[in-house]
Amino acid sequence: MTLPLEGLRVLDLCQVWAGPLATRQFADMGAEVIRVESCQRVDILRVNTPADNEAGQRPWERGWGMWLSRNKYGITLDLTRPAGVDVFKSMVRVADVVVENFSPRVMENFGLQYPVIRELKPDIIMLSLSAYGQTGPYRDYIGYGATLEPIAGLSELAGYPDGPPSKLQSTISDPSGGFHGAGAVLAALHYRNRTGKGQYIDLAETETAMTHIAGQILDYSMNRRVQSREGNRHSWMAPHGCYGCKGEDEWLAIAVGSEDEWRRLCAAIGNDSLAGDPRFAGMKNRSQNQDELDALIEQWTRLHDHREAMHILQKAGVPAAAVLTVKEVFFDEHLKQRKFFEMVDRLETGRRPMPSVGFRMSETPGSIRKAAPLLGQDNDYFLGNLLGIARDRLRHLSEEGVIGVAPNPVPKLEIVPNSVWQARNAIAGVDEDYLERLHRWFDEA
Amino acid sequence: MDNALGGLKVLDLTHHVAGPYCTRLLALLGAEVTKIERPQSGDPARRAGPFPLDEPDNETSGLFLFLNASKKSVTLNLKSSDGIELFKQLVMEADILMESFSPRVMLDMGLGYESLRALNPGLIMTSISSFGQDGPYRDYKATNMILDALSGGLYLRGQIGRPPVHIGFSIAEYFGGETAFVATMTALYGRDRHGTGQHVDVSILDALVNAQELLLALYSQQGVVPNRNYGNVLGMPFMPCEDGYLHVAARPGQWEDLLPFLEMPELEDPRFATAAGRSKYAGEIEALVRAWARNQKKVDVFESGQGMRLLTSYIATTGDLVENRQNKSRDYFVEIEHPRLGTVTYPGAPFKMSQTPLRVMRAAPLLGEHNEEVFCDRLGLSKEDVVRMRQAGAT
Repeated sequence: MTLPLEGLRVLDLCQVWAGPLATRQFADMGAEVIRVESCQRVDILRVNTPADNEAGQRPWERGWGMWLSRNKYGITLDLTRPAGVDVFKSMVRVADVVVENFSPRVMENFGLQYPVIRELKPDIIMLSLSAYGQTGPYRDYIGYGATLEPIAGLSELAGYPDGPPSKLQSTISDPSGGFHGAGAVLAALHYRNRTGKGQYIDLAETETAMTHIAGQILDYSMNRRVQSREGNRHSWMAPHGCYGCKGEDEWLAIAVGSEDEWRRLCAAIGNDSLAGDPRFAGMKNRSQNQDELDALIEQWTRLHDHREAMHILQKAGVPAAAVLTVKEVFFDEHLKQRKFFEMVDRLETGRRPMPSVGFRMSETPGSIRKAAPLLGQDNDYFLGNLLGIARDRLRHLSEEGVIGVAPNPVPKLEIVPNSVWQARNAIAGVDEDYLERLHRWFDEA
Repeated sequence: MDNALGGLKVLDLTHHVAGPYCTRLLALLGAEVTKIERPQSGDPARRAGPFPLDEPDNETSGLFLFLNASKKSVTLNLKSSDGIELFKQLVMEADILMESFSPRVMLDMGLGYESLRALNPGLIMTSISSFGQDGPYRDYKATNMILDALSGGLYLRGQIGRPPVHIGFSIAEYFGGETAFVATMTALYGRDRHGTGQHVDVSILDALVNAQELLLALYSQQGVVPNRNYGNVLGMPFMPCEDGYLHVAARPGQWEDLLPFLEMPELEDPRFATAAGRSKYAGEIEALVRAWARNQKKVDVFESGQGMRLLTSYIATTGDLVENRQNKSRDYFVEIEHPRLGTVTYPGAPFKMSQTPLRVMRAAPLLGEHNEEVFCDRLGLSKEDVVRMRQAGAT
């Protein structure tokens, strides 16, 4: 069956995470997403977290960005040169959507802001993702995902109550910007299907980030109360926390939200007397006496492996979960049966797993049809075949460095040996044979 | 000004956060969203708070008001055959149906996708659940912290030697809602072009694991398993200052630019001149910057640092957000009239569209506020029918 977005052509100028994640939603569902990259300024995710922590033959083809660029095509254009801008403009004339996530001045410097793009294709839909938005006093401020969360009010809420605000880890502002951006473009496309009109979408990652704490913002707006860190406690659930298990640095999360779940927990850990204990009768008492309660629960969890404990409690109807490491996420049985990860084979780095399509559709399931493009891999197809640029001209553009298939300058790969992280106690472990393990796991039925 | 999703009819069976956040976006984009709630009690988010003066009231929960702005509310009892009958009539005219029950609940009510598709072949049905419609965890119970744990995120947050610490807000549910938004809009575009509806299965766990990509990649690229220290040793921590916490994040290669900003002669130490040196003496450098930070004001440091093209930030509290110059300039916060509360300030549109700006048309609905409008005007029931239905417990 035809994928829903087949026939849609997207010009993707995005770099790093938020923008490429947005356009990945289109590529996964059949759109023709063409990454327009620069040989002069290669996307840092082409070199970030390089496979095997090595430079290999082509250092710019080893980064984890290949997760974001799967199902996409790739051309290169130097947009700081008029010849590059001309080629880009020709592509706009035959495109449906343009997506970019540069700092707001950059497209202006290229002479490619929305009014220019619209002139070339009046019904174009253009999405600009940025840190702070296309307008306002902070418009030209520098921001990356991890610096936007604090200013969006999120970091204040994370961490131990007796400690400073915590870094969120795996920054959320980028994926949030990406999801909202993709949905916004699709809504605009629906509007265009009805009316023939295109439009411009201005998305600020700080603004998408703030929506996640609307409840806390409402507390300020209604009660002038500023909420802060509660650690692992919860305003209406008790017990609610992380409990040490048998293994080292192994934990079980438990979240009891009702009297029924409380009774089930007591029975499951074989401590029926707890259920009748007046110290813990009712949510309010359990909240007040939670330190004591936690100690009693931990007497049980310390006897078990974290996953074993999770299954025991869940089968008894108690919300509980093993606190998984990233490795354990890859080897999780539920995700495996749901086919959450897919193995993708790619030149330079071989067969490795990556997340598959983000949701299931009954008629048009979607899959990973192709690996991320090599730099400039599809220059001939799009510039030669689609735009009809003659061979001579293409050769000339290549000699001038306007298009290409290799970075210039070659990005410097910063290999940080694992020993550095180990010395700073930042790694729980390293599996030298990780690829064999992953292959074995995903290849077996 | 027009609406991107004007004319679209959405039936909303979702509750709590994930589904309602998705349908909030649809409502802001101009779709007609009809929320179907349980009679008498309604969406549990009505009891989540925060409440003005901490007085619980089914109609004044801050979270509910934010998530359900611009929607309509009808009450239907899906355990009664009359209720189911009314629901099916609504389905026949709907473009999109969203539900977030535990998997199997819709099937058990005889309202699975196949049955509903028979009534309305073009229907797009989006089901949001914690773990998806199948799989070993399908019937497991989840909260935000449970999902945080299974996504790999929780393990990485906090300090070594202490338990991992929860993120502090409902990120799992919001990501589930955002993924549902993308998925539903994809199905809609597909229907525009190819005519068919679909059943969309959104797993909140999947959505959250997707958001951990950055750290998951460490294992499948290098076999590395990071721990809670990993993010903490990357770059400068948040530092206490005079009025809260500030953040000076030096990008690689920015050290020379940072020195004139910090104006500390101690930092001109030759030992700190190279990247290797700065890594070796990171503890000493941090201590010096902390001493400097104690006397600074967070917004001043943020703005003056940015003025010098430095990557600065600060830890905002919810109080700071409303006062923030950028938010004010962009009119991010909106004020809406509520029948009981008067004017309330909310976060507004998460993005700006030039032709079809997102708009909040009215406050969140009272429970069952639109029963008469929907049952009589839309479905053609008489007022007597409506009374009879209510007495029979169908609505």
